[in-house]
Amino acid sequence: MAVIVHEDFQFIVQGITGREALNFTRECLQYGSKIIGGVTPGKGGREVYGVPVYDTVREITAKQRVDGTVITVPLAFAPDAAYEAIDAGIKEVIIITEGIPRKDASAVVEYAELHGARVIGPNCLGIIVPDVCRFGSLGGPAVDCRKAFKPGVVGVMSRSGGMTTEICNALTLSGLGVSTAISIGGDPVIGSTYADLIPLFEADEDTKAVVVYSEPGGTAEAELARWTQEHKSRLPIVAFVAGRFMDEMPGMSFGHAGTVVNKKVDSPADKMRRMREAGISVAEEIGDIPDLVRERIGN
Amino acid sequence: MRFYEFEAKQLLEKHRMPLVESRLVQTAEQAAKAASDIDGPVILKAQAIAPGLAAASVREASDAEGARTAAAALLGVDDGGRKPKGILVEARPAGEAVYSLSFTYDGTSKRPVVAAADMAGKIDDLGDSHPDRIVRRHFSALYPFSDYIAKELARSLDLGGNDLKRMTRIVAGLARLFLKYDLADLDITSLVKLGDGKFVVLDVEADLEIEARNRQRPMLDELGFAKEDLRQVREPTAFELEGAKIDEEDIRGIISPIAEFDGNIGLVIGAGGGSLTLTDAVRKHGGRPANYAAIGGNPSVDKARRLTKLVLSKPGVEKIAVMSNVVSNTRADLVARGVIKGITELGFEPADKILIFRVPGAWEADAAKILEKYGIEYCDRTVSISEAARRAVEKVG
Repeated sequence: MAVIVHEDFQFIVQGITGREALNFTRECLQYGSKIIGGVTPGKGGREVYGVPVYDTVREITAKQRVDGTVITVPLAFAPDAAYEAIDAGIKEVIIITEGIPRKDASAVVEYAELHGARVIGPNCLGIIVPDVCRFGSLGGPAVDCRKAFKPGVVGVMSRSGGMTTEICNALTLSGLGVSTAISIGGDPVIGSTYADLIPLFEADEDTKAVVVYSEPGGTAEAELARWTQEHKSRLPIVAFVAGRFMDEMPGMSFGHAGTVVNKKVDSPADKMRRMREAGISVAEEIGDIPDLVRERIGN
Repeated sequence: MRFYEFEAKQLLEKHRMPLVESRLVQTAEQAAKAASDIDGPVILKAQAIAPGLAAASVREASDAEGARTAAAALLGVDDGGRKPKGILVEARPAGEAVYSLSFTYDGTSKRPVVAAADMAGKIDDLGDSHPDRIVRRHFSALYPFSDYIAKELARSLDLGGNDLKRMTRIVAGLARLFLKYDLADLDITSLVKLGDGKFVVLDVEADLEIEARNRQRPMLDELGFAKEDLRQVREPTAFELEGAKIDEEDIRGIISPIAEFDGNIGLVIGAGGGSLTLTDAVRKHGGRPANYAAIGGNPSVDKARRLTKLVLSKPGVEKIAVMSNVVSNTRADLVARGVIKGITELGFEPADKILIFRVPGAWEADAAKILEKYGIEYCDRTVSISEAARRAVEKVG
């Protein structure tokens, strides 16, 4: 079992000839992922590490089953790429592209919902099920990726791509390992929030606990706290909230576009309080996470 | 990016939203003149964007003399190191009822949402004190805004007759403006119903989506909103401007945002989430960060060198901590080379200046070799972020 992806998961890369896409396509292939095509308008007929490149998404979906797509096209073309994938019937859409205004992200996510598709991101790195499938650019070169992500019992959801790897590395070192890790994106409007995804971990028998990395800004933590209170979840959740120093600096923005303290719900202090009230263990320090997970799963 | 209220009102006016009579003035003298033109009680608002100034930046006056005195005081408001961008002198409406409206994006439903209340204030604050007075309607960023949504909202405020029609027109107009100009937040904290039944907008707060600043350039130009003006809550310091310049001059990777704090531990850290976590970790262990940085996207040796020199040259900074989360894309060896080069160029021994070097991940073996040559311990992925921060703080003393 795994979350969203599986051993036979087949996906494409939109914007495959871009610099970043070339790197992660190679890395995914080395990791063992099944990338069955790429799309770059005007470059149809070429190949990237043996992966055929097409001008349109439908040229691939007409012939083969496509379970997902990774979108890394430049900013101005990202919503269009998402609409193209959704209209071609692709159900799992990862948007890596950074800097998409929230209005456009909101429109894409609504369109996806209307068509039964799921969006992860924007401004995320994707998903890894260790040793099974890597769907996106999480974890870097395959050799580094294997070091940081070992199969195990903890599901990870993170608003920061880099911190996804950091936390998975700590879980791997501690021997707990990772069931599925999802970089959900750092923008104010993202396709899948913690609360949207946690039922998938709930249904995944490999997952015994979930770790959540969060940052200042937005309502995702309050929503997760509410979900946890309303559902009798079998999963213990351990959360870490970064950027606590920002509570002293209202209105300043650091890091991701979604990272700003303007409203009360944005503040790390408020997020920690809500999550603690809902029975989520909130780590005081990033290094405490593995021990807290062990404590919660009684291991 | 926060608009000054006078700018937000220009946008509203352009879209024929009903506003109170108002004048933007620059001196106490002009304020007195504006008040006597308006001929009635006035509200004076210092045009400022730093948070927490709501109370300090507003005064009322009943005549020209009062306006002069109030304006003189308001011109001294400290807007995060800046002077106010003038003073808005506005007619104080004699209303019989007051409402508030708020447009934003709801991260849970991922849709734009409008909230309204039959009282003045910021909906975000009213949510705690008067949750029962707030009504909400989601709308779409995918489809054009339809008036019935505004009508339903007005109806749920219990409005009928002409009130319903007027409120519908205002809410629909604001919703379209909110979408058209890529606003992230639009708060009408006071919408007054006058004695004759008309509504006027009194107080507005508006924020532009920062990621839309390029495509909204025509609107921003029209408002005279300068290209390099990012509307930070305070003026950037010389240190921060230099950091931004280093970032701009070399497109390979990033080192920003750079921010200046008043501590003694120089931070050469990355990336987005890693920098937030590392800054907290240093503070947690009793350390005082001298700055914030966010290395990411595989910066060049030269960029790491320039960042190192910038941080080490900051008064009060004796040593630096070089730390990041486990990197996938940024090369640890390039960071190591840049940092060492920067320190050497300042005439120091790298081993004397580096408190800790914890950049695990891509090209880590090469980074370890480089550091070894200079007698610096390379902390690999088995040293947690918390542990790295603890060691750095301990070493600085």
